[in-house]
Amino acid sequence: MESVGVVIVSHSPKVAEGAADMVRQMVGEEVPLAWTGGNPSGGLGTDVGQIMAAIDRAWSNAGVVVLVDLGGAETNSEMAIEMLPDDRRGKVLICNAPVVEGAVVAATEAAGGSSVDIVQQTAEEYSAR
Amino acid sequence: MKNGTATDQAATGAIVIAHEVGLHARPSVKLTKLAKIFGSKIELGLSEGGPWIDAKSIVKVMAFKAAKGSTLHFRAQGGDATQAVAALVDLVRRDFDERHGGG
Repeated sequence: MESVGVVIVSHSPKVAEGAADMVRQMVGEEVPLAWTGGNPSGGLGTDVGQIMAAIDRAWSNAGVVVLVDLGGAETNSEMAIEMLPDDRRGKVLICNAPVVEGAVVAATEAAGGSSVDIVQQTAEEYSAR
Repeated sequence: MKNGTATDQAATGAIVIAHEVGLHARPSVKLTKLAKIFGSKIELGLSEGGPWIDAKSIVKVMAFKAAKGSTLHFRAQGGDATQAVAALVDLVRRDFDERHGGG
């Protein structure tokens, strides 16, 4: 069974890449994973086009969850999801969870074969602690 | 899976955590991932009488924070309960397949 994919979106490419490293080392290789961070001119920020590309890299027919950090990361991720093709849009969910912990928890749940709703719910359950 | 069917099993097991930092983040992920392979209901506790948490919930296992030297108790119910408990006890016995590094 295909695992739900995980996308990490941070204002900082270092944070996004570091969170992705933690997922790879703690959870493993079986979950589709992509990260993006920083604006096209090399500063802090997020970019709608890059978020769409990250969703594409982590794509799974089971769906994708997106972990975001502050403000713009969330609004740009919402915009990126809006712009996805119809058949993909409904399968991509943003998690209201801390980006690092949420990514590890979501990936662990995804590796166990859970649906995209359950993966989102598990990441958000962690944040509610 | 219904209780009381012919294929249903109940199994329990216990093992002392030797891992230097106990059941922290990385071991928690490994334990949860392994538990999720099995169909049985699997629970985890620090004593024979519980309280019990769902071993397949990464959030609950992460929050469990069992320290080095504490005894982990497993109990499982279902068609593969015996194999599940054996596999989980073995994972802890193998020190979660890591001898060094933090949590």
